[in-house]
Amino acid sequence: MFKRVSAISIIALLVACSTSGEKQPEAPVSENQGRPPMTTAEVAPKPPPVDTGRISTVTPPQVDELTTGVLAKRSIYFDLDSYEVKPEYRALVEAHASFLRKNPSRKVVVEGNTDERGSREYNLSLGQKRAEAVKKMLVLLGVPESQLEAVSFGEEKPKAQGKDEAAYAENRRGDLSYRAQ
Amino acid sequence: MKRLLCLLALLSWWLAVPAAAQMTIDVSGAGARQYPIAITNFPGEAALPESLTQIVRADLERSGLFRVIDTAGISPVPTELAQVRFAEWAAKSADYLAIGVVVPATDGRLTVRVRLVDVVKQAELASFAFTMAPALTRVTAHRTADEIYAKITGEKGFFNTKIAYVKKAGTRFDLIVADYDGQNEQSALTSREPIISPEWSPDGSRLVYVSFENRKPQIWVHEIYTSKRTLVGNFRGSNSAPAWSPDGRELAVVLTLSGASQIYTLPATGGEPRRLTTSPGIDTEPVYSPDGGTIYFTSDRGGGPQIYRMPAGGGEARRVTFKGAYNVSPKVSPDGKTLAYVTRNGGLFQIAILDLATGQERTLTDTVKDESPSFAPNGKLILYATEIGGKGVLAAVSTDGRVKQRLSVSAADAREPAWGPFTK
Repeated sequence: MFKRVSAISIIALLVACSTSGEKQPEAPVSENQGRPPMTTAEVAPKPPPVDTGRISTVTPPQVDELTTGVLAKRSIYFDLDSYEVKPEYRALVEAHASFLRKNPSRKVVVEGNTDERGSREYNLSLGQKRAEAVKKMLVLLGVPESQLEAVSFGEEKPKAQGKDEAAYAENRRGDLSYRAQ
Repeated sequence: MKRLLCLLALLSWWLAVPAAAQMTIDVSGAGARQYPIAITNFPGEAALPESLTQIVRADLERSGLFRVIDTAGISPVPTELAQVRFAEWAAKSADYLAIGVVVPATDGRLTVRVRLVDVVKQAELASFAFTMAPALTRVTAHRTADEIYAKITGEKGFFNTKIAYVKKAGTRFDLIVADYDGQNEQSALTSREPIISPEWSPDGSRLVYVSFENRKPQIWVHEIYTSKRTLVGNFRGSNSAPAWSPDGRELAVVLTLSGASQIYTLPATGGEPRRLTTSPGIDTEPVYSPDGGTIYFTSDRGGGPQIYRMPAGGGEARRVTFKGAYNVSPKVSPDGKTLAYVTRNGGLFQIAILDLATGQERTLTDTVKDESPSFAPNGKLILYATEIGGKGVLAAVSTDGRVKQRLSVSAADAREPAWGPFTK
């Protein structure tokens, strides 16, 4: 979802950059409404006139903070039968906490997951426990509850499909999922 | 010899299952007491789209309580009590005999007339008739089997009930409603996201389940004959593990409003939740006793997951299971006397039962990844999900552990079964 949001913002930016203060000549209206015009090559619009007498600032290309550095990391892995965030994930959670504090309009859903062994409903509750552990840590780091929701996918949406310990370890996980604003 | 005959009968029945069946059933084992019964072909049944008597035989065999005896060599086929030559049936060791005819009725309908005979006493036990449209052959056959089953065992038959389960094929999930034998399969819901925990309303008209279609678990009530769906559990966090109260008015559900999974009740039409449990850990998988007075549930309050009970209005919880470190997914038998659940034996997950009066526990299955037990409405069989060769299949075991069945769906995983109530 977020990728789409950033793609849209980049397109919006490009549109904004390509539009100067002056009105662009309108493209000829095709007689065949709804169909793409067949003659674009021949009737290309004239380039907008350039106002040489003015200096403008070009907006730099927007970089999505969430796609770079530690913020690009969204998964917190758990040990078997464990629901505690391991020390090695502290920096990751702190980075997201700091981002969320700086961007109070952003919301994140912590999605808990488990491996496939045992009852589906009990695993759903275990996944919730993992999601809550991450959420609790974010709250302790100053993120308002209103920006957070902890949900569980239990064993229902495994990232790794195998039935070995490597796959099970991959699926004992909490994911930070930024949702559309 | 008896064993061999039984095996042959089973084999011939299994081979007779039509190839078009979407679900295949494999039966093994035999009940402690099996009633030997012969069912003749009914003259006139060739007019039906499929053999009615073959469906009756399959039903009775599948219950594990009947041994169906071959009727080959009996000629002419009797249709009235006076035509029955008892010595002939006694020689085949048939204690019971069902005979009948299919005759035309009005409006293109047909009447099936059946006589159930006690061969030992040389007397008629029951006679009954159904008039039906030919398209209702399966339903009528199941009703015939219900009558025979009830007359001989004294228990109500379940051959006209429905099951629900979730079918997963690739990334597609279907909530399936089918006859108890897996036939007449219909999808009530298709989704790209998982569906779990379907449960039938007591009147059999609605299913409640958990769907992940909105990127979190939410509880839906779905009227299966009108396709009307209501989102009743859409609270902050996860919404899961719904169970109907016996009057169908309330749902016990699991919500995470306080952080951990806790049990709440909700009106089945949606509304405000009322919290029932207050524990620091996980309370989940609530299920009502048939009298509505007690809720059994899974809790990790003592460390690992065990089954507890509490008054249905909330209150002090008492532990019910003690053997083993992992006991989950409780279901109460329709008479309220037995608890079925999943127990972990070493690394194996198996279906066990517990006598609620004596506390006696017993593992019933020899499959190893068992989940989601569900009682037949007469309490004689437990339907559950397991995995065989990496594939999700449905299986059933009799509550005495003697009869085991496997139902597998072609080219898909079957899981999360729920056996529906008796139809009115």
